[in-house]
Amino acid sequence: MISGEQTPTQYIQHHLQNWTVGEGFWAVNVDTIFWSVLLGVLFLWSFRRVAKKSSAGVPGKWQCFVEMIVEFVDNSVKESFHGKDKLIAPLALTIFVWIFLMNLMDLIPVDWLPTAAMYGGYWLGFVDDPHDVYMKVVPTTDLNTTFALSLSVFALIIIYSIKYKGVKGFAKEMTFTPFNHWALIPVNFVLESITLLAKPASLALRLFGNLYAGELIFILIAMIGFWQLPAHFAWAVFHILVITLQAFIFMMLTIVYLSMASSEH
Amino acid sequence: MNINATLIGQTIAFIVFVWFCMKFVWPPIINAIEERQKKIADGLNAGERAQKDLEKAQQEIAEQLKEAKQQAAEIIEQSKKRGAKIVEEETQRGHEEREKIVAAGHEEVAAERNRVREELRKQVAVLAVSGAQKIIEREIDKDAHSDIVEKLVAEL
Repeated sequence: MISGEQTPTQYIQHHLQNWTVGEGFWAVNVDTIFWSVLLGVLFLWSFRRVAKKSSAGVPGKWQCFVEMIVEFVDNSVKESFHGKDKLIAPLALTIFVWIFLMNLMDLIPVDWLPTAAMYGGYWLGFVDDPHDVYMKVVPTTDLNTTFALSLSVFALIIIYSIKYKGVKGFAKEMTFTPFNHWALIPVNFVLESITLLAKPASLALRLFGNLYAGELIFILIAMIGFWQLPAHFAWAVFHILVITLQAFIFMMLTIVYLSMASSEH
Repeated sequence: MNINATLIGQTIAFIVFVWFCMKFVWPPIINAIEERQKKIADGLNAGERAQKDLEKAQQEIAEQLKEAKQQAAEIIEQSKKRGAKIVEEETQRGHEEREKIVAAGHEEVAAERNRVREELRKQVAVLAVSGAQKIIEREIDKDAHSDIVEKLVAEL
């Protein structure tokens, strides 16, 4: 839906602009934070409801659904991560469901929430022109979100490496693999550092790239007039796969990275 | 699309969510699941055990039934034998009784016959004597020939 005298370029740019408050580094993307926190709270609230009532008796339908997800995550963790850890399974669950919900925002027709926000903001008197309101509703199309997730995982990778191998073990791994020779320590260190840093970078960029591209295609489809309806439907159906898959990949890789960090080579 | 303070906010949100999930969401749910799994496993085991018990009981019942049938057959056989024996004995006794009665009858009949014969003999003697008397009245003296008549009577 292109309103008024917007050109397609303006339309796309408008859609890809975050609602930002502040300047420079200390600016905050309010829409990203708002939607992600809302979805995270929704996830925790709905799961907490089950957790409070959970018993070994006959489960209700919602409880069944939640338990299905929990068991799926639990199995994934048990398959990849050997050993006991209280953090990894809930971490994986949070990553999976939260990312899934954030990705799911992509399926809401691209104009609905931004338009609602535009006129809502205008009527409430926050802005003089509705076009000054920016609203990006898919938090995972914001690099801040994906890097927040992946850098947290990165921190955990380092914490787990040190916890399970000790500082010495970790340092040794960084300097004596893959070539076990003292003269090649700098080479090893460069290689290992790249390997280590590639993990959070690839995690964040993969998720961001997939969702950003998907969102962009939704925006392009929204510009083609009447035929956007079947096209939107077709792309949405396909996108369900991407949404689920990206959430799953992020979860799975987190588990794998942490299991690698916590076991000797 | 710039990296800015949102990153920090999102990180904090993420940490809080994970912490909440680890503290309040994951443990109760996974505990309930594991407990239920155990319950189901126990239930299945119990079911299997009950099935086995049932089979055993059925086998026992079949055995006992067989035994009971056999015993019943034996009892019937015995009672048949005994019945036959009783019938035989009774028949035997009946025969004996009959023979006894018949024998007694015979004896009685014989005794009666003897008695009747004696009486007849006496009557015939009297008749003979009276006949003879009538004859002799015409020809001989009664007293003189009484010894002959007596002899005659005795011979009858």
